[in-house]
Amino acid sequence: MRHMTAIVDTNPDSASASQAGISAEIAAVEADYHRAGIEETQPRLNYPPYRSSLLRHPTKELHHADPEAVELWAPCFGAGDVAAVESDLTIQHGGEPIGERMVVTGRVIDGDGRPVRRQLVEIWQANASGRYAHKRDQHPAPLDPNFTGVGRCLTDDDGTYRFTTIKPGPYPWKNHHNAWRPAHIHFSLFGTDFTQRMITQMYFPGDPLFALDPIYQSITDQKARDRLVAAYDHDVTTHEWATGYRWDIVLTGSARTPMEAE
Amino acid sequence: MSTLTATPGQTIGPFFGYALPFSRGNELVQPGSAGAIRLHGVVTDGEGAPVPDALLEIWQADADGVVPSATGSLRRDGWTFTGWGRASTDDDGHYSFTTVKPGAVQPDSAPFIGVTVFARGLLNRLFTRAYVPGDRLAQDRLLSTVPADRRHTLIAVPDENGLRFDIRLQGDDETVFLRYPGHHR
Repeated sequence: MRHMTAIVDTNPDSASASQAGISAEIAAVEADYHRAGIEETQPRLNYPPYRSSLLRHPTKELHHADPEAVELWAPCFGAGDVAAVESDLTIQHGGEPIGERMVVTGRVIDGDGRPVRRQLVEIWQANASGRYAHKRDQHPAPLDPNFTGVGRCLTDDDGTYRFTTIKPGPYPWKNHHNAWRPAHIHFSLFGTDFTQRMITQMYFPGDPLFALDPIYQSITDQKARDRLVAAYDHDVTTHEWATGYRWDIVLTGSARTPMEAE
Repeated sequence: MSTLTATPGQTIGPFFGYALPFSRGNELVQPGSAGAIRLHGVVTDGEGAPVPDALLEIWQADADGVVPSATGSLRRDGWTFTGWGRASTDDDGHYSFTTVKPGAVQPDSAPFIGVTVFARGLLNRLFTRAYVPGDRLAQDRLLSTVPADRRHTLIAVPDENGLRFDIRLQGDDETVFLRYPGHHR
């Protein structure tokens, strides 16, 4: 286990480790998780195979807090905050973006299964070539003048969101040598209380990069990791137009009781 | 009692800067307006280095302690207090909001601003509170449960334009981050 005792390079851009080394670290953490036998459902904050987490995770236990005051409520967004066109990432420019047109839809619900109604959902993603329209993205893949990769919508009364977009490509990063992120879409979500705020990433079924990716693998439990993978849904796919994926999101339970909630 | 398991979080990553920040996102009120204060600070890592790719959100009551229910944060009209704002850190790890000092929501509690922290390298969001300094802090329910030597990390410090609230993700003077009921590992 030489890789575990070596001094870890904390420069997130050094790309000094090999994939084999990172994969061995991932396997060692997961083996420890199974030995401990205590179920985890969220990513670890301290996950050394993701080098950027080394200096950016709290080392002290999170402190228990009973939500009170403003924490029992969430910010409100309305029709004036989001234009309807923002949910279609393929019509934001003069022409059609390159790539596989697809629809991503699903429901945002709380831990009791209640829909999160009329709440903001934001997404951002790379284009079909795996390139972000962000000035710090140096990956030498083409930008698409017809694709920015940013969308917003409000959920409907059933908690349903729906975006039309292009399937993002995988892209390289510098966590280690020859590191590639599985294709994903970033999702930003609000609930009915402040404590439900979360940001996550949605992945695509069967991605061969899952096993190699320390961000996806920072969730040590396979059942929990699977919750980030959308399902291909032929009922969402539309004739001669777009493929369809379905992905539901469960927020932590609301602290307020249902009677207080509405 | 929750019956469904929450979807896992993931890091915000490095490329949110062209997607999540929006015009006047950090101006809950207009700079220079009556009662406006600056809430600002620096986000640092375990070596004390600035974190230039963090995103902070704040959520707070208005000056009278009323929790806002108005929409319009993303397209501010300059008149409506929505209580919510978003700011990314700059190259020096510095963030800044223009807002008002929140009033106490409950008569016996100390007023605070709820803060959510996202960053590249941070695998899930963190929650904390920025308390407004004042004499009610001694009776506060949460603060009384925090070890005395860490309590100051939750209390903003007055400065010339308002309040300063630094966030240390890791290390000796690490900020106290919160776990709410229902937030499982």
